[in-house]
Amino acid sequence: MKNQINISDEHLKELEDEAIFVMREVAAQFEKKVLLFSGGKDSIVLVHLARKAFWPARIPFTLMHIDTGHNFEETLKFRDDLAKEFGAELIVKYVQDSIDKGRVVEELGVNASRNKAQSVTLLDAVEELQIDVAIGGGRRDEEKARAKERFFSHRNEFGQWDPKNQRPELWNIFNGRKHSGEHFRVFPISNWTELDVWQYILNENIKLPELYYTHKRKIFNRNGVYLAWAPFMQLKPNEEVFETDVRCRTIGDITCTGVTLSKADSLEEIIAEIAATRVTERGGRYDDKRSEAAMEDRKKEGYF
Amino acid sequence: MGINGKSTNKSLLRFTTAGSVDDGKSTLIGRLLYDSKSIFEDQMEHIVQSGKRLGREELDLSLLTDGLRAEREQGITIDVAYRYFATPARKFIIADTPGHIQYTRNMVTGASTADLAVILIDARKGVLEQTIRHSYIASLLDIRHTIFCINKMDMVDWSEKVFTKIKEELGLLINKLNISDAHFIPLSAKYGDNVVDRSENMKWYNGKTFLGLIETIEIRKNKNPENQRFPVQTIIRPHTTEFHDYRGYAGRIAGGVFRPGDEITVLPSLRKSKIKSIDVLGKTLSESIAGDSVAISLEDEIDISRGDMLVASNDIPVISQDIKLMICWFNERPMKVGGKYLIRLNSNESGGIIKNISYRMNINTLEHDFENTTVNMNDIAEITIKTSKPLFFDSYKKNNITGSMIFVDEGTNETVAAGMIL
Repeated sequence: MKNQINISDEHLKELEDEAIFVMREVAAQFEKKVLLFSGGKDSIVLVHLARKAFWPARIPFTLMHIDTGHNFEETLKFRDDLAKEFGAELIVKYVQDSIDKGRVVEELGVNASRNKAQSVTLLDAVEELQIDVAIGGGRRDEEKARAKERFFSHRNEFGQWDPKNQRPELWNIFNGRKHSGEHFRVFPISNWTELDVWQYILNENIKLPELYYTHKRKIFNRNGVYLAWAPFMQLKPNEEVFETDVRCRTIGDITCTGVTLSKADSLEEIIAEIAATRVTERGGRYDDKRSEAAMEDRKKEGYF
Repeated sequence: MGINGKSTNKSLLRFTTAGSVDDGKSTLIGRLLYDSKSIFEDQMEHIVQSGKRLGREELDLSLLTDGLRAEREQGITIDVAYRYFATPARKFIIADTPGHIQYTRNMVTGASTADLAVILIDARKGVLEQTIRHSYIASLLDIRHTIFCINKMDMVDWSEKVFTKIKEELGLLINKLNISDAHFIPLSAKYGDNVVDRSENMKWYNGKTFLGLIETIEIRKNKNPENQRFPVQTIIRPHTTEFHDYRGYAGRIAGGVFRPGDEITVLPSLRKSKIKSIDVLGKTLSESIAGDSVAISLEDEIDISRGDMLVASNDIPVISQDIKLMICWFNERPMKVGGKYLIRLNSNESGGIIKNISYRMNINTLEHDFENTTVNMNDIAEITIKTSKPLFFDSYKKNNITGSMIFVDEGTNETVAAGMIL
């Protein structure tokens, strides 16, 4: 058995120390704290880091999932089990409720996704529960707008991000001061790359949903991205569903998360695959393909 | 990449690059990422598409780093962008900053977390005002290692004479500044000479290539191995049956080595105790060094809260309400003598009032301006402040963490200045 605490890679140790430092700053500087938990690998790593940061006390953050209703089913079970195992409080907010209340209009057509609608549900939850900080698993290497994001990212009272007027962030001093009604998004693993996350998962022996490993699944090809098929998804005339060996490189809303053709069934194989890949992680995310500034625009509106 | 499952022991190097549009900085970074195969196909496609839309004829690698819509449209870098790449030898974080004088604050921000500074010089032009500015900021932020890239060597016929002359000019500049470890590389980012691959055109140069140097340069991460410093971030109190009496002080070690049994003094109370244990997730450590995020528990029950600091009993930092420091001003509203701000020093907070401005730094000439001391946005100045309670600190030169602070405007909550204690 591998030693669960030993981190042999020097750079991972430094990234971990930094992330734990950031988590503790959040605990100290804010009142109503949530950790945005999707059941994806980045948020699972966040929970692990939070355990390390506050052991032997419990995680001082409530886990919050913004549920689009379009999930890979097993991530929900994984989410519930994980919350139970670490004794963390879990809040689930549903995009469906926002749609029913008329807060958001559901997208129609073949490319319809509830991914964007999550921002509305999230901001409603922030207001309703008076959340003043939401920790997220965003990483700067994911996307070019994210590369500009601060560790402590200010949101105005409308929940919006103003990328041109961000507070300078120096050394390890994080300024989380705000007026009432405003909130912060905090990204403790800002400096991690996809490969760092996977190596950390391996070194720390972190449990992941089976979806990340190879499995048989019905999929179809849409403009070069393989999407998992689900009964509520509309197909275009030229699209055909077939079954093959795949794994998820990221896990999000099923309508926009691409899958990778892969037979990797261990972390070692996944890492070797990622180290050799020539496409970024979000290259398979349909939500980013909508326009060049798709992420920047969504983030301004209050996206994760 | 030689990464199979478990990777080799890699270290992390954070470096900052400052430069203007025309000095080839984006090209250098682009070349580095491109030649080390760190640009992915979908990113490449984005750059090509984006370049077409903007009507660029040649492949413009700066589109890779300019992440915001406004930056792409205007073709300028406004804010610090972080780029990541790795080779089998090391992992790198680049803080890519705009180099114009009106972005001094962004350069300072990018430099604050860097282990190394990369400064580009146009071989045709030699040492310019901006070279002085960038070198000064690197030395102000106490970045110990600097690489001067003499770029565009292709435009001076790959001349060794030109390179040697610039190197001599830089030698004079380095002597005036606090740069202890300087390196010089002749290169052409455009053609890739001495970036990743050795130049065929400059056989007279037998030093390392740019990538070869950043992969191997030895960085002293722990800048302060002697003086024990542990600022307390938060207190861990589990209140469970198993850990009923556990009280851990959570923080990241800012200097020195801590071991169980060490006698320490708590600031500001000056109470003494001994370290009982150092913990991380169920594991007790026999020693812990600067940079480690840990929880420390003590033999005695002492009243300790966020903002306090544990230090070696025979090595107490300065404790004072009067602090002299260099500041870089970030805000559109000028700094005022008599102005009151909130000071953050580590996890400690205090009120602070600007008592005096000694001089303003002319960062293009390194002259001190004692006449016009209005401190505007992007200005660097030496000032004195008085704090509302005694703070404990070191000089920034001695310890970058216990010697740095930010100023916050209590009305707007903006971070208005960064300060380095003298």
